[in-house]
Amino acid sequence: MSTDGEAPVSEPGGHVVGRRRFFGYVLAGATLVTAAGPIPATAAWAEEAQNESLSGSVDLNDVMTLAARPTSNLIKVEVHEDSTVSFALPRAETGQGITTSTAMLIAEELDVPVSQVRVTLADARPELVFNQLTGASNTTISTYTPVRTAAAIARRRLLEAAADEFGADLDDLVLREGVISDGSGHSAQIGSLVEKAASENTEEVSVDLKTSEDFSVIGEPQNRIDAVEAVTGRKKFTLDLDVDDALPTMVCRAPTINGTPESVVNTDEVLQMPGVTDVATISTGVAVRAETFGQCIDAVRALEVSWEPGSVDGLSDEDVLQELQEAELPMVPAPPGSSTVDETFTFYFRNNSALEPNCAIADVRSDSAEIWSGLKAPIVARGAIAEKIGLRPSAVTVHVPESGGSFGRKLFFDAAVEAAEASKEIGKPVKLMWHRADDTRQGRTQPMATSRVRISHDGDRVLRYDQRHTSVATDLSHGFGDVVTAMAAEIPGLDGTFAQVFFQLSQARSYDFGHESRLLNEVNRGFNTGSMRNVYSPNVVCARELMVDRLAQELDRDPYEFRRELLTDERARAALDRVAEVGEWGREMPSDTAQGIAFMHEYKSECAVLAEIDCRQETIDREVRDGVTGPRVTKVVLAVDVGLAVNPRGLEAQMQGCVMDGIALAMTSSLHLEDGHFLEASWDNYFYTRQWNTPPEIEVVIMPASGEPGGAGELGVAPVKAAVACAYGRAVGAMPTSFPINHGDLSFEPRPNVPPVPEPPSDGLDNAE
Amino acid sequence: MPEHTFRLNGEQVTVDVADDVRLLWVLRDVLGVTGPKYGCGISVCQACVSHVNGKAVTPCTVPVGDLDASDEVTTIEGLPDTVGEELHPMQEAWLEQDVSQCGYCQPGQIMAAVALVRRSAEEGRDITDDDLDGIRNICRCGTYLRIREAIRAGAAHM
Ligand code: FES
Ligand code: FES
Repeated sequence: MSTDGEAPVSEPGGHVVGRRRFFGYVLAGATLVTAAGPIPATAAWAEEAQNESLSGSVDLNDVMTLAARPTSNLIKVEVHEDSTVSFALPRAETGQGITTSTAMLIAEELDVPVSQVRVTLADARPELVFNQLTGASNTTISTYTPVRTAAAIARRRLLEAAADEFGADLDDLVLREGVISDGSGHSAQIGSLVEKAASENTEEVSVDLKTSEDFSVIGEPQNRIDAVEAVTGRKKFTLDLDVDDALPTMVCRAPTINGTPESVVNTDEVLQMPGVTDVATISTGVAVRAETFGQCIDAVRALEVSWEPGSVDGLSDEDVLQELQEAELPMVPAPPGSSTVDETFTFYFRNNSALEPNCAIADVRSDSAEIWSGLKAPIVARGAIAEKIGLRPSAVTVHVPESGGSFGRKLFFDAAVEAAEASKEIGKPVKLMWHRADDTRQGRTQPMATSRVRISHDGDRVLRYDQRHTSVATDLSHGFGDVVTAMAAEIPGLDGTFAQVFFQLSQARSYDFGHESRLLNEVNRGFNTGSMRNVYSPNVVCARELMVDRLAQELDRDPYEFRRELLTDERARAALDRVAEVGEWGREMPSDTAQGIAFMHEYKSECAVLAEIDCRQETIDREVRDGVTGPRVTKVVLAVDVGLAVNPRGLEAQMQGCVMDGIALAMTSSLHLEDGHFLEASWDNYFYTRQWNTPPEIEVVIMPASGEPGGAGELGVAPVKAAVACAYGRAVGAMPTSFPINHGDLSFEPRPNVPPVPEPPSDGLDNAE
Repeated sequence: MPEHTFRLNGEQVTVDVADDVRLLWVLRDVLGVTGPKYGCGISVCQACVSHVNGKAVTPCTVPVGDLDASDEVTTIEGLPDTVGEELHPMQEAWLEQDVSQCGYCQPGQIMAAVALVRRSAEEGRDITDDDLDGIRNICRCGTYLRIREAIRAGAAHM
C-alpha cells in the first residue's frame, strides 16, 4: 500500500486521480445520489497486464474487473430523509454474503451504522453491460473502490451541507453514526440534510478514500444483515413471491437427458384432474399449471408422453470415459535425463444444484414480459428470454430476487427461459419450479473430466510440470464468455479456442515448477453443464496436489516441507506454515488415519488446508439410514489470505461451506450416467455432505490483511478436496485416482425415470418425531 | 371440494382442497405461508420441516386429509409464539452464531433443531454428537458446523 509522496496506487475497480483520490459524481436530483467516476480501460492495471504472460498474474478476475470498469459510474448510492442509505447492488446474493459486505463498505466511508444501509438487488440493467455478472468470486474485487467512492462523495456533500446549515467550518465537523455535529452545540441527522446536499446538476467531484489504518467497519466481523429475515422465514425467494395469477407450474420431462416431447396421449384426461388449469407442450417437455404444486406433481406423473431421443442417448460413464481418453492432448517429451511421475485421474459428473431448485415466475403478454428469477447474469438472461418468446429485449423486465444458493447453477437461466415459454404458450402467468428429480437428472452438471499430470524432475529439482485436462465441454455461454471475448482485444495473449483461454485465465500458477504447461481439451457438447463453485480448479488442483505428494514420497520428502520449498511467495508460505502449525502437521496418528496437506493460489488469494481422515473399519461401517457414511474427515484446518477480508465472519462462513463442498467432491458426490440418463433423483441418491459426514473440528484461520480484497467465495473448495484426497491416500496407503472415492459402489436403489418424478409419500404423520 | 380444518400457528384455519394434497402445498400455495421450503417433496431434504402437535414432520408427506380439527400445525412463522417472545431461543442462537448463508434450508433446520432438543429433554438427556450427526436436514451452503454450535447454544436456553 502506498504512503504519502509515493507513486499513485492502483486499486481493483478504481481509477486513481491522486494518491488515494478518486473522482465521481453527485447526480442531479431532489435527494442526494452519488456515483463513482467511470474508469477508463487504460487504467494502471491494464498497462501492467501488458507485461505479464497470460498464465502469470493476469487471471479471470482481472478480466472481469476490467470489463466492469467503464460502467462503474452507473452504480449509485442514495441517502434518504430517514437517514438510511440505499444501494441497488448489480449482483446476485445467493448466500455468499455480498449484501452484507457491500453495506459494510458504504457504512465505512459514509460513517453510518451498518444497520442504516439498505442493500437491495438491482433488476437487469442492460446499460451495465459487463457489470452485472456474479461469478468467479469477483464481486468485492470489482466493486470495492466504486462503492466506497460513491459513499465518500455522499459523505463529503453531507458535510458541506451541514457546514452551510450550521455556519460552521468544514474542518470542525464530525460525522459519526449518521449524525453530523460541530462541537459547539449543532448536530443533525444526515437525513435532514439530503435536500440541501442534493444537486440540481450532475457535478463531478473528487474525494479521498480512507486508508486501511482508519477502517473501523471493514475488517471487523459482522453478522449478516439479512439474518433475521432468514431465521423467521420472512426472507422471500422466487417461489415465495406472490405474483398475481402466477399459478404453480411444472414440466413433465423426458426419461433421457434433453429428450424432447413428440406427442401427448392423454391431455384431456390430465386437464380433468383436480386443480389442473392448463397443459401445454413446450420445447423441453409438457408444462402443467395447477392450483398447487402437489397437483402439478400428480399431473406430471399422470401424463403419457412419447419422447424424441435425447442428446446423449445410450451413453454411460464408461463411454464418456473412453471418449475423454481418446481426446487427451499429447504430452511433450520429458527433458533428457529427467525422471518423471505420471498419472491420470478421473472425475465423474457432479450435480451443481442449490437447495432452492431451478425456478422462475413469468408473466408474458403479447407485447411485454416480466420475469422474476435468482439470476447471476440477468442481462444475458434477458436477451435469451426475449429471443425465446419473440420480443425485443427492451420489452422484457427481469427482477432478481434473492437466491437459495447458486454454486454456478444460477449463472444460467434455464428455468427463466422455460417459464417464459410456458407463460407464452399457456397465455397466463406461471410460477415454474423444477422437481428435485428433474434438477438432479436434467439439471446442469460439473462435467466429467480426466486430468493427466506429469512432473519431470532431476532429483529434488522440479524441471517441468505438465497437465492435460480433458473434459466434457463446460457451458460458459452465460456471460463469462461475452466478457472474455469483449476483453480479448485489450489483453495480450488472449488467443486459442475460447475454452482454452478461459482455462488458462482461471488457472493460476501456485508452485515454482520450472516450466509449466497446462492444456484443456473438450469433448461432447450433449450434456447440460456449468461451473460448480469454480470451473476447473477442484479437479485440476486435486490432481496436482496428489502428484506433489507422490513426488515427495518418491524423493522421501515430507509433503509439507516439500511444498514449502516449491512456494516462492511469502504470503503463500505463511498460509501453508499456519495450517501446519495449527493443525499440528506430522503428529502421531493411529493406523488407518492420516493427515493430508494442500495449497492453492487463485484470484489474488492464497489458501492452505490440512485435513485429517479416519478410514478405520468401524468408522467406515457406521450406519445411517438412506445415507452414505464411509471414511470420515475428522478435522480440517484452513488458512486463507484474501488480501483484505471485508467481513471476516462472512469469509469464515464461506470457507466452512467450501469445506463441505470439498469433502463431498472427494468422497461421496457424483452422478452415475447410465444409458443416456443419470440414476440419481434426489438428495438420498446424490450424496452431498450431511451432518454425519461433517468434520467435528474445523478451524478457519484468516491471515492478516496484506492488501486489497481478493476472491473468496469458492476459494476453499479445491484445496479442501485435494487435502482430503491426500489424507485418504496416506491413510489407506494408495493414492486415489478416481473421484469421488465411492463412485464405484452404487449406494442406492435408483428410482424409475418414467414417470420422471417420484410419488410423494403419504406417511408423514406416522413419522412425526 | 372437501373442506379441511386444522389449527395453524395458533389459529383455526379451513381450506377447500382435495384430501390428498400434501400439507406443504396447502401451506404455501393455498394459505401463502412460505416459511417451509420445498427441496425434494419426498421427505429427504427436510427443508419443509414444521411441527404437528409439537413434533417434527415433513409437510411434503402429510396429506391434508390426515389432519384433525384439533391438530396444531406450527411453521417457522409461528415458532416465536410458542414461547411468547419476539424470537424463539433457537432463532436467537441462530442469529448469535450467524448461521444462515442463503437461508433457504434454515427454517427447516431450526424447526428440526427445536424438535430434537424437545425430544432429548423428554428423555432427560443433553444433546450428543450422535444426535447432531443424526440430523438429516441438507444445507447445500454447508452451514453444518455453525448449526451444531447454534443447537447446543439454543438448547441451553430452551
Ligand atoms: S421438501 Fe419436504 S423433506 Fe424435502
Ligand atoms: S443456508 Fe443455503 S442451503 Fe442452507
